Amino acid sequence: MSSESNGHVSDISMLFLYFRKKSVVQIIFLYQNSCCKLFFCTFAAVFSEKNHHIESINKHREIVEGLRLGLPIGLGYFAVAFSLGIIAKKAGLTVSIGFMSSFFTRASAGEYGVYTLVAAGATYAELVAMCLVTNLRYTLMSAALSQKLSPATRWYHRLLMACCITDEIFGISIAHPGYTPPVFTYSAAFISTIFWASGCAVGIMAGGMLPASIVAALSVALYGMFLAIIVPPGRQDRNVLYTLIVSFLLSGLCTIVPVVNTWSSGMRTVVLTVLIASVAAWLKPIKVNVDGEA
Amino acid sequence: MEKHDIILFILVAIIVTNLIRIMPMVLIKGQIRNQFLRSFLYYVPYVTLAVMTFPDIIQMTLTPLAGVITLLVGIVAAWYGLGLFPVAVICCAVAYITDFLLV
Repeated sequence: MSSESNGHVSDISMLFLYFRKKSVVQIIFLYQNSCCKLFFCTFAAVFSEKNHHIESINKHREIVEGLRLGLPIGLGYFAVAFSLGIIAKKAGLTVSIGFMSSFFTRASAGEYGVYTLVAAGATYAELVAMCLVTNLRYTLMSAALSQKLSPATRWYHRLLMACCITDEIFGISIAHPGYTPPVFTYSAAFISTIFWASGCAVGIMAGGMLPASIVAALSVALYGMFLAIIVPPGRQDRNVLYTLIVSFLLSGLCTIVPVVNTWSSGMRTVVLTVLIASVAAWLKPIKVNVDGEA
Repeated sequence: MEKHDIILFILVAIIVTNLIRIMPMVLIKGQIRNQFLRSFLYYVPYVTLAVMTFPDIIQMTLTPLAGVITLLVGIVAAWYGLGLFPVAVICCAVAYITDFLLV
């Protein structure tokens, strides 16, 4: 295990050495590969103990699946967290504080808000209000995810899974067929969070080194993933398709219409989600199944 | 802000952000039977992700038109069932190329 972890560390230093020489995507791939090996070994070691053979095979499969889906998410995170790191640096965060902050918060809009408040020297009341508004969507996601858990899921798994929720981890956890096993969410969340936190740390260290065109192109990765999550169900379920079209239209309108266009993106997300999902549920209720799938 | 204050500030942010995530999971026990609530929670992820994608994707690229093209190409790629990673890579490439051509 120690040689694995050395490889991991040297990859980070390589990231800086070759920052200008190699293409960013190549470097991120290099970084990804070593992370993948390292965390697969860790997870396999932690979760394979004390389990029956078949159960552990299933768990391994879920862990691998979680890592497989967590990697592209991590790639997108790295880019976004990198730009977040540039803002964090302006607010006066050190590399280690930025890393820890991103590791435990894992909220793009929320962290952005927090760092701007740090820069402005705001009060704690403002901080709490900002956290509530920019992260309120996680309340809705947590409620939705609670319906995807097997009734046998232990309380500590519920707590940990709730803490794992980010927009993307929620997306793939919801998209998991049947009940979502905790290990699947953990492995995806863990690997993507490592990228998220290191992206922020690298952003604080090396911010401004990348050309704006590359930062812009990498930032779009996240939205590509969102599309890959929401569009295929829209193709299968007409009601979802209508909901998506209405969401796009109203969301676009909200940035143009006066008063509403002063809302933060977190606020807009919460208001539109409650509004549109309520109307959709009222007009087109789903058939209630007995199994875990809503 | 002093370094000490920043750490406290961020600690509070971490606690609040994670409490927001934990509360519903703790309060909602077992399956919800109410049909409206279940339908509501079924639609929530789609609406949330859609609202976060648009118009933000257009603001991310250097020129808005590049964002629109990226969005359309992304939707088509996702419609034909390419996975998370392929769609993400295609979007990055399209955004970079269109930005390059338009700026």
